[in-house]
Amino acid sequence: MKYDKVVTTTAWSPGPGCHGGCGVKLFVRDDKVVRVEGDENHPFSQGRACPRLLALTQYMYHPERITHPLKRVGPRGSGEFVRISWDEALDTIEARLREIKDDYGPESVLFCQGTGRDIGGPISFLAYSYGSPNWIQLGLAGHSCYTPRLGAMMATQGDYAVLDAAQFSPQRYDDPEYRVPEVIVIWAQNPAPGCPDGFFGHWIVDCMKRGSKLIVIDPRWTWFSAKAEMFLQIRPGTDGALALAMINVIISEKLYDEKFVSEWTVGLDELRERAAEYTPRRVAEITWIPEADIIAAARMYAKAKPAAIHWGVPVDKSPEGTTVAQAINHLWCLTGNLDVPGGNVIARPAYGVTTYPFSTQEMHALYGEDFVNRLNEKRIGAKEYAMVRNFRGWAQPDVAVEQMISGEPYPIKACWIQTSNVLGGQAADTRLHHEALKKMDFVVVADLFHNPTTMAVADIVLPVASLAEKESFRSWWAPLQVITPAVQVGECRSDWEINFELAKRFNPELGKRFPTLKDLFDDRLKPTGMSYDELRDAGGWMMPPENSASRPYRRHERGLLRPDGKPGFRTPSGKIEFASQSYAQWGLDPLPYFSEPPESEVRTPELLAKYPLVMVSGRRSSVFFHSEHRNIPWLRECDPDPIVEIHPSVAKANGIEDGAWVTIENDRGAIRRKAKVTPIVHPRIVSVPHGWWLPETEGREPNLFGIWDVNCNVLVPMGTQSKSGYGGGAYKTTLVRVRAAEGRGE
Amino acid sequence: MEKQGLLIDYEFCTGCHSCEVACKQEHEYPAGKWGIKVNEFTQQISEKRMEITYLPFPTDLCNLCHQRTSHGELPACVKHCQAACMTFGNITDLVASMVKKPKMVLFSPK
Repeated sequence: MKYDKVVTTTAWSPGPGCHGGCGVKLFVRDDKVVRVEGDENHPFSQGRACPRLLALTQYMYHPERITHPLKRVGPRGSGEFVRISWDEALDTIEARLREIKDDYGPESVLFCQGTGRDIGGPISFLAYSYGSPNWIQLGLAGHSCYTPRLGAMMATQGDYAVLDAAQFSPQRYDDPEYRVPEVIVIWAQNPAPGCPDGFFGHWIVDCMKRGSKLIVIDPRWTWFSAKAEMFLQIRPGTDGALALAMINVIISEKLYDEKFVSEWTVGLDELRERAAEYTPRRVAEITWIPEADIIAAARMYAKAKPAAIHWGVPVDKSPEGTTVAQAINHLWCLTGNLDVPGGNVIARPAYGVTTYPFSTQEMHALYGEDFVNRLNEKRIGAKEYAMVRNFRGWAQPDVAVEQMISGEPYPIKACWIQTSNVLGGQAADTRLHHEALKKMDFVVVADLFHNPTTMAVADIVLPVASLAEKESFRSWWAPLQVITPAVQVGECRSDWEINFELAKRFNPELGKRFPTLKDLFDDRLKPTGMSYDELRDAGGWMMPPENSASRPYRRHERGLLRPDGKPGFRTPSGKIEFASQSYAQWGLDPLPYFSEPPESEVRTPELLAKYPLVMVSGRRSSVFFHSEHRNIPWLRECDPDPIVEIHPSVAKANGIEDGAWVTIENDRGAIRRKAKVTPIVHPRIVSVPHGWWLPETEGREPNLFGIWDVNCNVLVPMGTQSKSGYGGGAYKTTLVRVRAAEGRGE
Repeated sequence: MEKQGLLIDYEFCTGCHSCEVACKQEHEYPAGKWGIKVNEFTQQISEKRMEITYLPFPTDLCNLCHQRTSHGELPACVKHCQAACMTFGNITDLVASMVKKPKMVLFSPK
């Protein structure tokens, strides 16, 4: 087959949907992408590609893709939209948002995104240029996705850390400094179907082939737990207790790295005292894990050199997620596995480049402390939660949805929704969000396809470019890389283009400083000494330079982490803090502790009598990214049905046969799923994949592509957030019962 | 020319479906048509042991990506396999690899 050109670029949504990083080759003929392959010369993915990336052409050229701006002409929910021009769309949006700003203040508009993709930059630029502090992952209960872990890591060691798969070195596993982890703890994740938080999931498989042994902690058997030396089948939401018992064993048996702990940490005595409350015997009762297994896992992890922990989003969704993350973080610090080859290495973006200001420190540096403080005056949740006020720029979702309904302390009048299918995706208590969004005077949705959210509430829909149609860059750990457009589809524009244009209208100063988007990119890329075009022409990606703050290892010894250039860590004490001064400052317990899930056999036994099963939502599928891709034929046929995984004993007791439709219910509602009877789930849980809606069914109200029938978040409450405001969304710990569904013979 | 085949190290196949979709794209097969298909085998062996095994199976539609390999490219499934557990080559070479490690399957599709 002949091609006109082959464009090398970076995968970062839209397309595969994910957190991106893979090197991609786009084969173009007659201004159409006709083939997508992995880039074998790229250090991140080495030519490999997931099914979602390989199905990109079906996604880009889908007959139902939105390819021009739309405005709603019928009532909300009617699905009646007509084509309009970009000028009309942007003029309407500008005029309506100006009216709302004049009448109610800029804070009455929420700028809503989904998970962290190529969106943080565009949306925060737009929100702040408009003047709203309310940049939010609307619906994400407890803001329980990575931010709790990031906050815990920043508080404990002044930096983030990730499992070392040599991803910061161009030579990868062949780097002479690198060592493969002797033991990997996979804590609450199945890395094969997804690539979370800038981490290519199959790097764990690469390590296994090179000798890494596994300890897996999960309520459900995965491919990894079946291959593990030790599998701890944990009660959902009790990860904090397990981490504290492991800390207990490691300290009391003196398995910790005494030299590292004495040189680089403070607070061991306090931690010892706290962890002593969590004996393996007591924690065995809490977690359902045998006492002997808890002790053996702690010993196996602590004795391995090096060892690394790879953790997943259920840590954030645990009750008091920020303290659970802190406890797990303490494990790699106690054992001296921080920033050593094959341990948990400190992760900074290459060259320190970020697509947008990330931490409070960066916000201060970029916008001035004054501006950030003014943001906090009206930012939803900032008053209630010191950690929300002081760590990152998010508004708090549980407080926000209440405010959308109550109008207190000030009214919310409009939502800008981009990269987020709120009602078909992350929103817990879907009905509550449906009600809240219906109250808005004005809703804009920027997306690629109609979905339950566009159908229910959009007034204007803007068509968004896929990764193959956009110019952007990705800076998430390493490498730093550019995203290069290959084609144009319809009138679609990138999230960056759309938001930059609108941001300039609200903030002319921005346009003076950055006449074009490229000028803005060049400014962000300044630390590299290269422009966007130079980086693209130099191959499109760069690993962090040697002997820099963004390149491992042992940077604390070399004075590369602290602003003052002294050895140590970027914490108040300059050391790793087992008892966190930041947590204390934020009014939180400085030490980790365990808290029962809001609904559980211990906390709500009366509810358990009625609803005896723990619903764990969110198990990943390699062919879907959250609520995306149900409409892509090559992908849907690999995972065709909204299922519930049920243990054979539970199925038998409830008269449920494999493949039959079942009702899953609690006091908040009922949904239906197709039973997959399998021994991989614990007999006291059911696993219910999230993000399901049925694009092949009626989109108009009241059906909204079947969300009331199949979306498991209908059953999940809001308002269970941690004391810190971050973490604790009950997506993994909601009690339910199951029964054979009546009358549905599909 | 020597006969060629696909060696699958199914110890490391995670069932990610990349081979299936890579194959459909390469051969422009619509949904419902498979040049390779991943099979899953799950059984509880004991209270402490679960078998979860995946194995991709090349169907009658597999031509070993002759159109790619004839000019030095890897078959689409082999190139994109996220677990890097598939090898394309001469059968005699693949047999030699096979004797060195358990949990391998050798396919000679055509």
